[in-house]
Amino acid sequence: MPQHDSPAAATAAPGHPPPARPEPDGSAPGPRPLDIRATDQELLAARLVPLRRPGQWISAAVLLVLFAMLVHTVVTNPRFQWHVVGHYFLRASILHGLELTLWLTGAVMASGYLLGIGVAAMRLSRNPVLRSLSFGYVWLVRSVPPLVQLLFWYELASLYPRLSVGVPFGPEFAGVRTAHLFSGILAAYVGLTLDVAALSAEIVRGGILSVDPGQREAARALGLSEGRIFRRIVLPQAMPAIIPSSGNLLIGMLKATSIVSVIAVQDLLYSSQLIYNQNFLIMPLLLVATLWYVILTTLLSIGQFYVERFYARGSDRGAGKPPRGFWQVTRSNIPLFGPARSAAVGL
Amino acid sequence: MTGTDERPLVRIRGLRKAFGTHLVLDGIDLDVREGEVTVLLGPSGSGKSTLLRCVNHLEKPDAGFVEIGGELVGYRHDGDRLHELRTRAITRQRAHVGMVFQQFNLFPHLSVLDNITEAPAAVRGVPRRQAAERARELLARVGLAGREDSYPRQLSGGQQQRVAIARALAMEPRLLLFDEPTSALDPELVGEVLAVMQDLALSGMTMIVVTHEIGFARKVADTVVFLDGGKIIESGAPADVLAAPRHERARSFLSAVL
Repeated sequence: MPQHDSPAAATAAPGHPPPARPEPDGSAPGPRPLDIRATDQELLAARLVPLRRPGQWISAAVLLVLFAMLVHTVVTNPRFQWHVVGHYFLRASILHGLELTLWLTGAVMASGYLLGIGVAAMRLSRNPVLRSLSFGYVWLVRSVPPLVQLLFWYELASLYPRLSVGVPFGPEFAGVRTAHLFSGILAAYVGLTLDVAALSAEIVRGGILSVDPGQREAARALGLSEGRIFRRIVLPQAMPAIIPSSGNLLIGMLKATSIVSVIAVQDLLYSSQLIYNQNFLIMPLLLVATLWYVILTTLLSIGQFYVERFYARGSDRGAGKPPRGFWQVTRSNIPLFGPARSAAVGL
Repeated sequence: MTGTDERPLVRIRGLRKAFGTHLVLDGIDLDVREGEVTVLLGPSGSGKSTLLRCVNHLEKPDAGFVEIGGELVGYRHDGDRLHELRTRAITRQRAHVGMVFQQFNLFPHLSVLDNITEAPAAVRGVPRRQAAERARELLARVGLAGREDSYPRQLSGGQQQRVAIARALAMEPRLLLFDEPTSALDPELVGEVLAVMQDLALSGMTMIVVTHEIGFARKVADTVVFLDGGKIIESGAPADVLAAPRHERARSFLSAVL
């Protein structure tokens, strides 16, 4: 390699030295004249200084201060009335509301998914009538806000005062007055179930379509029955695509059940409202409901983590590598909690 | 010892299949005798894979029929009609015909052992433990002893394809179909799969193999069948067909792949 002075010396050498030594190109006047290059030894001995990123530090500091202010005001503002929150947190009426929220969510998800799998199967079938019906159903339900559906089912009696079972266009066997049948809770159950069915049908259909058709073919060639192929081969492989969206749907539905409060079903939110309508402690009671929702969704998220990990079997190339635990993933998502070893995933 | 029966194990007559307006199979007649290896050669799009898939009714022919062991595949003969069988009956027929795919199609969420034992346990009702024992024997036979707890993605392509062969063998099929079993493999892994297939052929397994491995055809095949444009244009012993093809299309194809 050329030594420190060779290229510069070569150009400057012939005859006339420039009078004022102008900087080449007139750019970048360095601290040293250009022809006095650093030696390799000097470069090797120099310490590496990473680029400073003051913006990062400043933005982090600003956000931390804002966060501290938020925590401070939440703790010190007496109008939050945390003692009232504590007082009502485990009240029987709140817990009853919580119970209703939980089982309504569970029932709606269970029946909604049963219906949804059927709607997805119809959409994937060869029968054009079934396919069109499935498409129309999903289109219609997705186009109507859940709250409107809920009110619609609640007011069904004005459309069909009497519901009956019988031969189509023929004699009827039994009937009931719609207004008696459709209480608030049944309207909530039916409305939300139909909603979940439409949403889950799309999720399930997407999951099934994500499975390589060669899998079905190989299973057929082995002589497995169609039902067995679906349960044992297709569905488990569709699960990794189905679970995350279903987890979101479940969490969304847990919160969406709060709209039943408009038709006076005593869920978690409506139970809180009933109390604050009497004592006007609006904020503390909304906080009670909020805290319960946060606790429930957190628990569901943790559950979703383990379910996703279970269905990730066989997707890892590394043999015998232990799967990442819950805390490892949490820490990599929130690095402030401790050093994270790898990129954030999951949750 | 084998192949002395007068009636061939597989009889294919007048098989036709079109995808839309494209005629993929245009009147195929083919016999495969018990214990024989038949290699299907031909350019891509010549209908080899479709023919193979018709043999176990993964593809429904438009005309003609396939008979295995004297039994019509996928249909029931009644007077002047062929009625398509119910899914359950077709499933029962498929259980006697093993198939190995170009893309292996192992079940990625099941261990190697479960891949092999699934069908014998579910279809034949073999007790799990017995099926597992048999699976280990088969794994040893394809040179993968001790890999039963691996998952398919932890294996190389060649190993996966050997597991797929073991999986097909676990059903004790009368006939094995291979659809380009080495085309998705790295060149260095082709040999291990072909060796297992040659071993099977020597043990008397009846096989129909779609492949571009001319060397395998020359060494192992009893019959080489050359397809082009959905028709069989040449068929016979490998020595004749491969060494001195009469048909121009076969000559140009062979000179290209050799």
